[in-house]
Formats: sequence, C-alpha cells, structure tokens
Amino acid sequence: MAKARLSILAYLPRTRFNAPVMERSAMRYSGFKVIAQGLFGNTGWKPAWRDPAPKAEYDAVIIGGGGHGLATAYYLAKNHGLTNIAVLEKGYLGSGNIGRNTTIVRANYFLPGNSEFYSHSLKLWEGLESDLNYNVMHSQRGLINLFHSDGQRDAFARRGNAMINQGDDAALLDRDGVRELLPYLDFDNTRFPIYGGLLHPRGGTARHDAVAWGYARAADQRGVDLIQNCEVTGIDIEGGRVTGVQTSRGRIRAKKVGLVVAGRSGQVAAMAGLRLPIESHVLQAFVTEGLKPVIDHVISFGMGHFYISQSDKGGLVFGGDLDFYASYASRGNLPMVEHVMEAGMTLMPMIGRARVLRSWGGIMDMTPDGSPIIDRTPVDGLFIDAGWNYGGFKAVPASGFCMAHLMATGQSHAVAARFKLNRFATGHLLDEEGTGSQHNLH
Amino acid sequence: MRLTCPLCGPRDRREFYYYGAADYLRRPAEGASPDDWNDYLHNRDNPAGLTQDLWYHEQGCCAWLKVTRNTVTHEIVAVEAVAVADAGGAA
Amino acid sequence: MRIDGKGRIDRTRPVTFRFDGCTYAGYKGDTLASALIANDVRVVGRSFKYHRPRGILTAGSEEPNALVEIIGPSNQTPNTRATVQELFEGLEVRSQNRWPSLGFDLLEVNDLVAPFLSAGFYYKTFMWPRRFWEGLYEPLIRRAAGLGSLSGRHDEGVYEKAWAHCDMLVIGAGPAGLMTALTAARAGADVILADESSELGGRLLSDEAEIDGAPAVEWVAGVVAELTSMPNVRLMTRTSVTGAYDDGTFGALERVGLHRRPRPNLPRECFWRIVAKRSVLAAGALERSVAFEDNDRPGVMMASSLPTYLNRYGVVPGKRIALFTNNDSARATARSLMAAGVEVAAIIDSRTDAPDEPGMVVHKGAQVVRARGRMGLREITIAKGGTQTRLEVDCLGVSGGWNPTLHLTCHMNGRPRWSDELAAFVPNEGAIPGMMVAGAANGTFSTHGCLAAGAEAARASLEALGLGSGAVDLPQTTDAPYNIAPLWQVPGKGRAWLDFANDVTVKDVALSAQEGFRSVEHMKRYTTQGMAPDQGKNSNVAALAVLADATGRGIVQTGTTTFRPPYTPVSIAAMGAGGRGDGFAPQRFLTSDQASRDRGAPMIETGLWYRPSYFPKPGETTWREACDREVSMVRSSVGVTDVSTLGKIDIQGPDAGRFLDFVYSNTVSTLPLGRVRYGLMLREDGHVLDDGTCARLGEDHWLMTTTTAAAGLVMRHLDFVQQAFCARWRVRFASVTETWAQFAVAGPLARDLITSELGRAPGLPFMGCTTVTVQGVQGRLFRISFSGEEGYEIAVPTRYGEALFRDLTARAETMGGGLYGMEALNVLRIEKGFITHAEIHGRTTAFDIGMERMVSAKKDCIGKAAAARPGMTGPEREQLVGLTPLTDSPVTAGAYLFAQGVALTRENSAGYITSVGYSPTIQSHLALGFLKDGRARHGETLRLIDRLRGVDVLCAVVDPVFHDPKGEKLRA
Repeated sequence: MAKARLSILAYLPRTRFNAPVMERSAMRYSGFKVIAQGLFGNTGWKPAWRDPAPKAEYDAVIIGGGGHGLATAYYLAKNHGLTNIAVLEKGYLGSGNIGRNTTIVRANYFLPGNSEFYSHSLKLWEGLESDLNYNVMHSQRGLINLFHSDGQRDAFARRGNAMINQGDDAALLDRDGVRELLPYLDFDNTRFPIYGGLLHPRGGTARHDAVAWGYARAADQRGVDLIQNCEVTGIDIEGGRVTGVQTSRGRIRAKKVGLVVAGRSGQVAAMAGLRLPIESHVLQAFVTEGLKPVIDHVISFGMGHFYISQSDKGGLVFGGDLDFYASYASRGNLPMVEHVMEAGMTLMPMIGRARVLRSWGGIMDMTPDGSPIIDRTPVDGLFIDAGWNYGGFKAVPASGFCMAHLMATGQSHAVAARFKLNRFATGHLLDEEGTGSQHNLH
Repeated sequence: MRLTCPLCGPRDRREFYYYGAADYLRRPAEGASPDDWNDYLHNRDNPAGLTQDLWYHEQGCCAWLKVTRNTVTHEIVAVEAVAVADAGGAA
Repeated sequence: MRIDGKGRIDRTRPVTFRFDGCTYAGYKGDTLASALIANDVRVVGRSFKYHRPRGILTAGSEEPNALVEIIGPSNQTPNTRATVQELFEGLEVRSQNRWPSLGFDLLEVNDLVAPFLSAGFYYKTFMWPRRFWEGLYEPLIRRAAGLGSLSGRHDEGVYEKAWAHCDMLVIGAGPAGLMTALTAARAGADVILADESSELGGRLLSDEAEIDGAPAVEWVAGVVAELTSMPNVRLMTRTSVTGAYDDGTFGALERVGLHRRPRPNLPRECFWRIVAKRSVLAAGALERSVAFEDNDRPGVMMASSLPTYLNRYGVVPGKRIALFTNNDSARATARSLMAAGVEVAAIIDSRTDAPDEPGMVVHKGAQVVRARGRMGLREITIAKGGTQTRLEVDCLGVSGGWNPTLHLTCHMNGRPRWSDELAAFVPNEGAIPGMMVAGAANGTFSTHGCLAAGAEAARASLEALGLGSGAVDLPQTTDAPYNIAPLWQVPGKGRAWLDFANDVTVKDVALSAQEGFRSVEHMKRYTTQGMAPDQGKNSNVAALAVLADATGRGIVQTGTTTFRPPYTPVSIAAMGAGGRGDGFAPQRFLTSDQASRDRGAPMIETGLWYRPSYFPKPGETTWREACDREVSMVRSSVGVTDVSTLGKIDIQGPDAGRFLDFVYSNTVSTLPLGRVRYGLMLREDGHVLDDGTCARLGEDHWLMTTTTAAAGLVMRHLDFVQQAFCARWRVRFASVTETWAQFAVAGPLARDLITSELGRAPGLPFMGCTTVTVQGVQGRLFRISFSGEEGYEIAVPTRYGEALFRDLTARAETMGGGLYGMEALNVLRIEKGFITHAEIHGRTTAFDIGMERMVSAKKDCIGKAAAARPGMTGPEREQLVGLTPLTDSPVTAGAYLFAQGVALTRENSAGYITSVGYSPTIQSHLALGFLKDGRARHGETLRLIDRLRGVDVLCAVVDPVFHDPKGEKLRA
C-alpha cells in the first residue's frame, strides 16, 4: 500500500509557529498511560477538554462545533497562533454530520480545484493521530469504485489518471483483479456485470466521532475555548463589518467570525442577511449488527449508489443516495432505504443475512455544483465554510486547515482557491457529477 | 412519505421525482440581470419549516406539482398542479 | 428444567435440534431459548468485549446475550436471538464470538485485563509506530470484535416484499392491542393487528391474570377467534413493526419461514410496507435490570421472563430461584413460580416499605450486591443495612421496573417525557401523526388499564376515521397499582453491567463523565452503550440515570438518545428483496433483441436498453475484427442497425414551433414541412443537456428525437418547461419511444436498400422526412445520418419491428451489406466527429463543442442567459478537438494531454480524451477529447498519457471531423 509522500510541507503556511503551545499540564495519551491508569483504577484520567464559560470578547469566533469547526479552531491555534478564540456549539461537540456519516476517507476527485484540496486533506489524515495525539483509527483499507461498462471504465480511468497527476495513488483493476480482492461480489450478475474497478489504495475509513474529539481535545490544549450548549441567535454587523455574535449565553464580541455550520448554513447565514446557494437534504446511512471480519475494503457501487465498509467493531456501515427532497428532519423514508438494500443485494448477496441495526439521517448542505464553499462573505470579517454536500467527512482536516488560513490571513489557501461563493454567478463551476445546477443531484 | 396528486390521489413518494424549490417557477424575464439569474438558479431561502417545492408525478400523470411542505416535520400542507397554480406564459 | 402441566407447547410433537454439535430435544411451540432452558443449557453466548460467558436474559426480541448462528442447509444466519427463534425439527445452532469453543474461549483473557480496556481506551493508544495500526493493531481488534459471522456465500434464500393498506394498524396484541383491534373491527374498520410473537395475546399468555372471572388466555382465545372470523381484519403474527415513517407508512418484518424447516420456495421473510390511516401502538413495556457486581452471570435473568418461560413453554431456568426487585411486578412472578412448585428462595426488595408476601421470605430494603458463578449462577450476596449474607441460588430474576416500548414514537424525532411516578420515559402524544399509544407502551401497566386504554384508543381513532364510536363493553379484571422506588445501580467495587451486549459497566459511564463526555450522546458514543444489537433496550434508561448521577444532573436534564428505525434488526435481504441479479433495475429490450442474439451478438446495456455490441462472423476471434469489418461495410456498401432506443417525442399544436424554439437553443420553427433539423438543447444553467433531431411531420406536428441516455430526462424537462412557463400555449406532447421501431440504414448502397424495401426510390433530400408504406404498413422515413454516409432511418409501429429488422437484414446481406453494432456505430461517429454523452457529459457548453453559434441571438431559450456567464466561454475552457497518434499506437479514453517536455502534473495537464476508436477507413487510431483553447491549437503535437494503463503517445491535434469533412457523402 502506497504511503503518503512528504509533499505536505509544501502546503504548510509560511507563518512561523509562534503559538504558545499549551501542552502544559494536559495529559498525553499513550499505551503506557493506558496501562498505568488501568493499574490504578482509571481514576486519573482528566477531562478531554475544559468546559469554559464564554468570555466577552475573542479575537475570532467559530460558529459550529462539528468536525470542520473544531478543525478550524485547531489549525487557527496551531498554524496561525490565534488562541484567543472560541468555538460556539449549539448542542454537544460533534453533534452534526461528523457523527452521522459512513466514515469514508478518500482523495479521488478529478476536477482541478477539488483534486488538490482532497489530496491535501488525505495527507493531513495520514498524520492526524500523531498530530492530535488521538487515535482516530484512520485505516487505509483501500477504496474500490466498481464499473460496469466500457464507458464507465473510461470515466474512471480519467479519474484515476487525474489522481495520479495530482500525485495520489490509483490503479485500474480488471474483472479478475476485482475478484481477487472482493471474491464475494456477485460476478454472475448480468444486470450490471462487473467490468473492473478503480482502486484507491490510500482510501479508507476513520472513526468519525474520534475525529471530532481529537480535534476538540487538541484545540482545547492550545487554549481554544470550546463552548457547548451555546446557540448563536444573531450576528452583529456594523457598517458592513462583523463585530460579534448574540448567543443563548450572551453577546460575544469578535472581529472575525467563521460560519462553519453545514446542515444549518442557510439559517445562520440569514442572520447576516445572506442567501446561500444551498438546499438542505437528508442522506440516510445504515449499520448492521456486529459481524466477524468479512469486508476488508471500502466498496463503492456507483450504478446502485451504494457504498459499504466494515467498522472495526464489526458492523457493516453503508449508505446510498439522498432521499432527494429538501429536509431538516435528520431522518428519511423507506423508498431510499429499500433501494440501498436492493443495491446491496444485487452487488453482494452474501450480506443478505446481516441485519440492519440502525438507520439515521444527516442534513446535507447541497450546492448547485456539488462542491463546497470556503470563502469570505460580503460582510467584512465574516467567513463561511459550507456546502459540503455529502462529502464533508473526508474534508475535515483540509477544510479546517484552509478555513483557518482564510480567517487568519484573509486570503484563500491555494488548495481551496476555487471554492468561491461567487463561482455560480461567474460560471466557474466544479461539477464532478456533471448534473448541473440542481442542488440534490450531486 | 405520500403525496396527494390532485389528479391521481394519494400515492407513495417513489412515484414522484423531486426537482427543487418552487423558486424555479419564477424564471427571470429575458434580459434580466446576471444577478437575477444567479439568484434564480442557485440561491435558496432553504427554510427549516414551511417551504414550497416542485415534484413531478413521473410514474403517474406526469403533472408537475407545487407542494407546500414542512422540511422539519415532513408534513405536507398542500399539493397543487403547477400548470394551474402558476400557468405561466401568455396564451 | 421442564415443568409438567405447564406451557402452551405441543407435548405430543417432540422436536430434536442441535446446539454446538450436541443433540437436544424440545417440543413444537418451544423457542430455542426455552428448549435450551429445558435442557439445562446455561451458557449460550459470549459477550462482545470481554467474552464473558452469558446465558439467556430475556424471553423476547430485546435479548442481548443469547445470540447464536443458525446453520441452514446452504447458509448461516448470525446474531439470531435464541428467544425469538422457534424450534423446528433439525434446527442446527452454533454459538458465536468464541474460539475455540463456548466453554473455553481464549479471548476471555480480555476479562482479566479489563482495567486496561476501559471505555474509549483505544482512542488513547495504538498510535505508535504508525504503520502498526493497519498492519497489526487494527487486524487484531477486528478479529476480536464482531459477533456472529456471515459465510461469505451468496444468500440464496427467498425473500419478499409486500404492501398493505388499512384504516387502522394496531401494533402489539397484548391486552391493549387486542381490545383496540376488537373494538375497531366490530365498528367496521379495516384493521391490521401485528405482533412479533408467534401467538397473539402478549403478556396475557405469560401472566396468570383473570379476565371476566376466567384465565385471561380464554379471553384471548375468544377475541382471536372473533378477529379471525372477520373479513376486515388481518392478523399478522411473527411480524415486527420496525419503523414509523411519514404519512402513515410503516415498515414491518414478517418471519414467514424462519420457524420451519427450510423448503426451496418458502420465503424466509417478508418486508411489509403498511399504509395506515390511523395507528395504535400497544407494544407493551420492557423490564429493565439493576446494575450490581457481576449481574451478567448466566442465570441472572429478567424477572418477567420467568413466568413467560413457565406459562408459555413449561420451563424454569433454575431449581432455586431468587427475585431482586424495586417494584411490585415481580410478586406475581414469585407466586406463579411457587404455584408451579419451584422453590423461591427469597425476594430481595430494595424498598424498605415493600409489602409482605405470604409464604415467602422477603428481604425489605435489601439489595443484591454480587452474583457468583462464572458459567452459571451459584450464589448471590444480599446486603441489608450493614450486613451481607450469601444465598445459594441458580437463578435470579431481576426487575428494576418497566420501560414503555415507545421506540416507534421516536422514529419521527419525537422525544419521550420523563415520568417521576413511573420512573420511566413515556411517549409524548402526537409524536407520530395519527398514532395513539395505549396500555403499557403508554405507562399503563394494569390489565384493566390496558383494556380500557385499548378501547379508548380505538374509539378515538374510529372517530377520527369517521367510523362511529365503536362502543364495546369492557371485560372485568383487576387493576393492581404499580409501585416503584427507582434503583439503577447497587454501590460496590466490582464491575456492574448496564449494557450486557457491549460490555458497558457503571464504571465506564462514570469514566465517560470524568473525561468530559457528559452529554448523553457523548457517553453513548464514547462507551458504545446502546449501540449493541439490542440498541439499548435493556440499558439506555439505567445508563443515563447513572450518567445523571455522575454529573450531578437530573434525568430530565440529562436527556435521552434517540431511537431510530428499525425497532428490531431487519435483514438486508428482506428489505432488499427483489434486488438480486437482474431484479435491481428494469431491462428494456428491442424488437430486434432476439434476432441480434440469434446472430451471436453480445448485448450490452445502454440506458436500461440492451443493444448489440457487434455481430461476429465465423473466423473472427476478436471484437475488433468484427467492428472493423462492420465499419468498412457501412463505408463501402450498407449497414443496418436498430436505433429504436433513441427517445422519440411527438409534439403537436399550433404553438409547437414556438415551444421548440424555447427548448432548443437554435431556431426550429422555421423548418419547412417534411424536413429534419439538428437541435441542441441546453439546461437552464447553460450547459448542454442533449442533442438530437427534430422533424416536421405536419403543419402543427413535430417529432423530436433525443439520445438514448437522456430520453427520460428530456421528457421531464419538456413537461416542466411547458407546465411551468407556457401552460397556456397550445402545444401537447407525448413520448412515443416505445411506439415506433426505428432502424438506421447507412452506406453508399443505403438508397438501394431502402428502394428495395419500399418498392420505390425514397426520393428524399438530405435531412428530409416523409411517411411511407413499408410492406403495406404505414411507416416513416427520415434521411438523417449518424455515420457520415448517406443514411436513412425507417420507422414502423413496434409490433412490426422484428419483421422489418429481419427483412432489412436479409436484403442488406444480398447487397454485400449487413448488420452493425454499437462498436461500429461508435467508430463511425468518431470518424465524423459526432458527439455523444461521452462528450456532452454535463460540464460541456455549446462553446466547448464549437456550437456557440447554435445559441440563437434572436430569441430567448432555456439556458441562454446562464450560458452567457463569463466562465462558460473563452480560451481557458477545454474545447473539443480530434487527435491522431503520430505512430500506430492505441490510445485510451480517460487519458490526459500534456505539452511535450512538461512535468506530468495536474497543473500542467492541458486536456483529456473522451472517445477513442480504430478507424479502418483512415487506418489510424482516432481520439476525441477536450483541450484547453483547443480550436486554436490544431496542428500542435501533444503527449497523450494514460498512466493507469501505460499509454504515452504523441498525437497531432486536428479538427474533430476526421472523415469527409465537407459532408459530400451525406448529401450524395
């Protein structure tokens, strides 16, 4: 399995790391510590983060304590030395889509603009455990996108070549190559015969909640205030400049405010008078009861809009397409549930006797081209990180990295330079699916 | 989820195709500004609550429908045919 | 141990089954659990994390411990609840999550090192050295985790899906559900009564309650008989309602064949979609445990399971039983056991003011602090005041109170409400539109209360349905009060289990709070409490009470996690029934399908249709040979191919021309009668939607063709444009794709073939159309070409398609021509630079394909405004070009283009390839692709590089029309 190249250095910001790194009394995790604590009844573990009351003023405030918001805070502190900052979370840390996804981490985009961003993100993933001192269980099990016709092979070949041009890894498997890795697929299926697959060896999964917790803990250790149960109710703007936010725990002044609330982007942006190119949709996902290891890779079956992997706990984690109607309900309906199960049965009938334990829905910020937004807004000092469609999980590290860069320097980071808010107006679109300006088709 | 098509009656969601917000009905006039077009094609109020959106009875009568609906509860308040509701275009 | 004279099993029908290789006997009517209890099998499974020996805890689908693999003739089913699986002759069962055996499991070592495996320990370690994660740590963790196993073989079982509609769906057939169904059915409502058990009656089958002065089971039998006789009632046993969805839609899983010997066509399960105008949830309540040291030992069971095992199955799980309770409900259990001759050693009641029980030892204000017996309970320790005493028992029934089964009311984001009186969550009214909750599911625990609530729920629902009042006399029964003093955990130093299945203890929850995971959602996710197969049914409330204690908050403040569908796990195969093999998507077949297959053509799918790839001839060993021959045949004589898959839309009305001008970017309305025009269609966002032709068949009559892939898309688009923007225009249209079979005839001899077929010369100019008589059948003839040769498309009503296809083929063959397939069609169109959806892939503008002049300046059209955005045109965009390799080397679609001498990076890539083919006409490989500023770069030499497939070829950039650029052949 190919390993990360060290070109990550090229992406690091030029600012010196002058942050007062607050490793201070914070507890460092290690196997030794686990054993030492275990011997003494595990009574010495400290809280993973503080529970501070909000201050009256911060240098910058991030609205949204999900994966992207927490990562933004972490990189603001780590890369840019901004530590007098706060993350404001309406509920509990990581209560949004960071804990509701199918945990897939990949860098297999092909349009310039997306390629470099997800490539950068994957490199950050590859160093995340040591960076955060938290085991997020990033596991590069290999991702296989199956194809079922010559035309699809060519489309995936283009994707794979784009990945290689970007410096990432890809290999084109023929039918036998797929059979070798995934012998349990239904190779007799004549409806969508398996022609082959695009293998992305560095693709894989991670433990989703741990990503939020790891960033939260690391940001807290660097002095970031993580404020839970603090709902933003208004954004203060004076003379076209943001001056702070109103919250359920009082007003907080800040010259810079980052809006990182995918799933609720429209409502929060409306507080600043913005109307966004976003429609919210529900995406369901599923997990089965625990099973002994049976699926080693991440498998994506585009014809059936079905993707699956097996968690370290043993559950098959899988999902499909949107329910396709605008929704904030965090839950879906049977038509897509059944469609997903049917896709699973047509591709790999061996999972038939696994029982679905739980289904859930996340709220997706769907944009008209399927790509995200990391940009300034027409309000000075107000920045937005939104529109992750249903690909936000893998983007967490780079999204935080680039949003932090934007908030600290006022300039877009090179790898997120095309995630502009006005690209829809100008026609510089990033439409990987080629389905056009209909929000739910991406 | 079930929609009551004004022509066909109550039908399961899987007979319908969803397009997007009813904003798509308010097509800017010829010569409208690029901003108007951008707003029409891309920007959405995207309310958490009552909204109006467009559905197509694709596996039924092929009527385009304007549905008044709650995006939080999924309650459906009203369904009307677009061709009647917004009969666009001069005769 | 079996108890004589008890139970509803059929003792005349003995059944043998095997568990871990040993043969046992049971009776028809047993569950696997009751039969194992009858055979004194105590250890049935191993826990998830510590691999502790576990026995049967419950008698229902909520069972967390007794999960087993059912071994069928062709496959195995993991994680099956022994408490649900019914016994049948030859049932073969294997325990799971143990190695090498249930009695000796090596991974039980985890239990010894449990201090190092505390909640979330894995987030803190396994980080060094980094590559050991995927190489060592993770594989070990994965192997240890999981429960049962899949075989890896295809599930060949039969599964079904079905729909049902009703006025009222009643979920649960205990006292409340039966009363609801009876009342509603007598009032004439269409009723579906679903219960997950094999028998209707719910807890009335287990308890020894009396109704109308007789055993309750007699009342149940009477009601069931009456309901069975009513045509407006559907009784669904073995059916779990698994999910509540919008607008009265429910998912339900029926176990059709799982309780019987497998037979070839017997469905295993059926997944129902039930649409109900009203629903009543009468799913009862689930008893909960109390956490104390080693409360997971085999033999520690839910108190209420004991009367179920006794009265339904005639078994008891011990010879000497104690009961540990904090409420009144276990008293009836004790009496039942006593009456059946089982020794009840003591009742340990945590309430100091607990009532006495005649003839029994009751320890009031006492608690069980410890259980002993690794492979089966031997002894409990009772603490009362400051003293501890030991009591030898082999079974302990625990009742920590009751949790209403309100899960379905949470499926639409409803949140339950805490009741201090019941020390339980109760459902909020209106959580599911149209649903009422009755009986124990609503916190009403007495039999009388359940019957009354059932009748009331029926009455209210009938009223809402407009079906009258449905008055039914309530039967007489008892109304015992429910007294409880909450007890969640017994203080102690050892490990006390909350979530049995996932091995989450009180300590884990406390540690979670200590580490700042104080939100109930954080606790759940950090400790994994509630994420096991029982989804927290046995542990959620206790765990959050422990968390509330640990954080110093109340239960109300702490809140709950959310129950999500399904209520009980549902197999993927059941919900995915019908998806196997060809069932996943529709298949569309041409009228020529059989004729093509007869000639050995491999059929490939394009947009649901199956089309011939090529027509092999004897001696040809590769598709390329056939393809080259077919291309040359078309270029030199005549070829025939079926093009019926192209979308055909019949458009009529005085405003049809105006409409077409609006949906096409170019002007079509000016087309003379009997002529055909190429049309380009844009999406409203300015990108190319589709291209095709439009023929004017009459003054107000047009025929539009679309590509195969976009036929449905275009139809939907036209419907939208017409209904939304020009509903008052006099234009109507319909898809006639399936109405006409249409065949392309192309080549220098095409005119001769058409002449032969029609018996007269076609006499059509290029891009002309006319009606014709084909062998006496009314048809249509178009002179259009997708090959660059003189070409015709001839259409007849679909029922004549096959005949015409065979006839055209025969005539072509006598002329030296014949059939050609998709491969040749593709090469022919590449030679001419014609585009398909490989080129118009959704990101393409008219500018990109050199058709910007087809966006008429004179009129508005869909997509015109958005196509004028600055990013949609200009030299930065990649434009359609042709490429020819400088050497005789194959090229590949999906390759990228680079200038010579530059590094092969994303930044340097100049374009990409969309279509390739070998042209026997030009005797060269050809490619179409998109190149940045490509039209200005004809004549340049670029590297075509496909690193996935090792292709690196120098190519010349040329005009995309390789063959007959002036179109002389077309117009011949």
